[in-house]
Amino acid sequence: MKRQRFILTFPQHLIEEPLTYVLVKDYDLKFNILNARITPNEEGKLVLELTGEEGNMEKAILYVRDRGIQVEILSKDIRRDDEKCIHCGACTAVCPSGALYLDRENFEVKLDKEKCIMCTLCVNACPVNVIRVEI
Amino acid sequence: MKSYQEINEKIRKGKAVVLTAEEIIDYVDENGVKKTLNDVDVVTTGTFGAMCSSGAFINFGHSDPPIKMHKVWLNDVPVFAGLAAVDAYIGATEPSDTHGIVYGGGHVIEDLIAGHSVHLLSTARPTDCYPRRRIDTFIDINSVNQAYLYNPRNAYQNYSVALNSSGRTLYTYMGKLLPYMGNATYSTSGPLSPLLNDPHLRTIGMGTRIFLGGSVGYVAWEGTQHNPQKHRNDKEIPIGPGATIAVMGDLRGMSTEFIRGATFHNYGATLYVGLGIPIPLLDEEMVSFTAVRDDDILVPVFDYSVEKRSRPELGKVTYRQLQSGSIQIKGRTIKTAPLASYKKARQIASILKGWIMKGGFLLNEPAVPLPSEQQPKSLEIRGREE
Repeated sequence: MKRQRFILTFPQHLIEEPLTYVLVKDYDLKFNILNARITPNEEGKLVLELTGEEGNMEKAILYVRDRGIQVEILSKDIRRDDEKCIHCGACTAVCPSGALYLDRENFEVKLDKEKCIMCTLCVNACPVNVIRVEI
Repeated sequence: MKSYQEINEKIRKGKAVVLTAEEIIDYVDENGVKKTLNDVDVVTTGTFGAMCSSGAFINFGHSDPPIKMHKVWLNDVPVFAGLAAVDAYIGATEPSDTHGIVYGGGHVIEDLIAGHSVHLLSTARPTDCYPRRRIDTFIDINSVNQAYLYNPRNAYQNYSVALNSSGRTLYTYMGKLLPYMGNATYSTSGPLSPLLNDPHLRTIGMGTRIFLGGSVGYVAWEGTQHNPQKHRNDKEIPIGPGATIAVMGDLRGMSTEFIRGATFHNYGATLYVGLGIPIPLLDEEMVSFTAVRDDDILVPVFDYSVEKRSRPELGKVTYRQLQSGSIQIKGRTIKTAPLASYKKARQIASILKGWIMKGGFLLNEPAVPLPSEQQPKSLEIRGREE
């Protein structure tokens, strides 16, 4: 089993493709939508986490690309300088997925990268500038 | 009843019993007020938050030939030099001329404490006694004469909660406020907060020895906008921003663990200040005050989307609710997030406790109490004679 995150960019005319249906039905992939911005008459962007057989995933990516959808592997990562973090909690105010959260026992700010959807809202919410996007 | 002298005598002998403002709560619960007064001498508090009304005085020493500094920059941040020839004041929120709010006076102060070399540029109009027109050099914490924090307003008693009911993100000194009440931010250390453990400032006044920035500091004066007459609840805790203090302390000896330059995006530069005050348990009333707990602290919630001096209050919540991660406002559950570090506040209270227990930190009785009757004034727009 493989798990991988992708950014899919749809041109305007493909917004109505039932893409995720095909991923599940034809390629037996589990999907988790991490971030989606699809507005009518514009480009759409979908951040997906796929889980399934490696062979199926490769075929699925070929299928998606054949449909004219741009596929990138999400390889960016949110990094925090743990040494310099003051654990104030300002980043938790804007984190939509709960990846940055306050541990209520010791009041440390924790970063759960599994939950991060790379929205990057935390980067400039940090008053001491210790959160960065790294590629 | 206990006197400062008795408590200090015990501190000197290394026999003082000191608890943090968190530990005292359970102790009073288990032992009652009377026994606690008998057993415990001092309660230590702490807070670590963004305190914009902060800054540092600095004296650079005289160059040869000497200069009467007119305009002065430290690492491109303008500092105020309308004082004697080589005296200046670094204001924490002053932005850099070249980098804007990303680097401000607060960052200069942090760099000085870190021991870094800081670029000094000054221009001047020469006089007979100060002939130099310009100086371009480097200074550091050890090359200057004096360098001390003087913060006109710190440690606000019970600062309010901020949220935003409008449709756009607001960038404020209370952080990023998401639209449609998407979050609520607060900035107080609650039961650890210095001025909430002595709500009438019975033991906090001019000359009180405190923890400041990792070193020893003092309460210098009442803080600006000091409001001792704010309406209080039955625990004597003001409901909303009340008392404030001005504090001072030598930058030498401070640590970047407890003084940090900071920037609130699209708002400005500021300084995170670590501050802790020891509260002597003089009598039963002081014991009860220091036993303040998170549900005794009632905090008003204000809507920052209204561009008025008096923003609408959307309700009141307890510090316990704030710390739980969400509050209920107008029937909606809103995520809360702190801006002050509770972790650091705990650390400060615990370090101060250690200093006192080891005998090296005595308590000062205030030389002058801070005003207990006055209210902050607002600024009206008027003509000279009105």
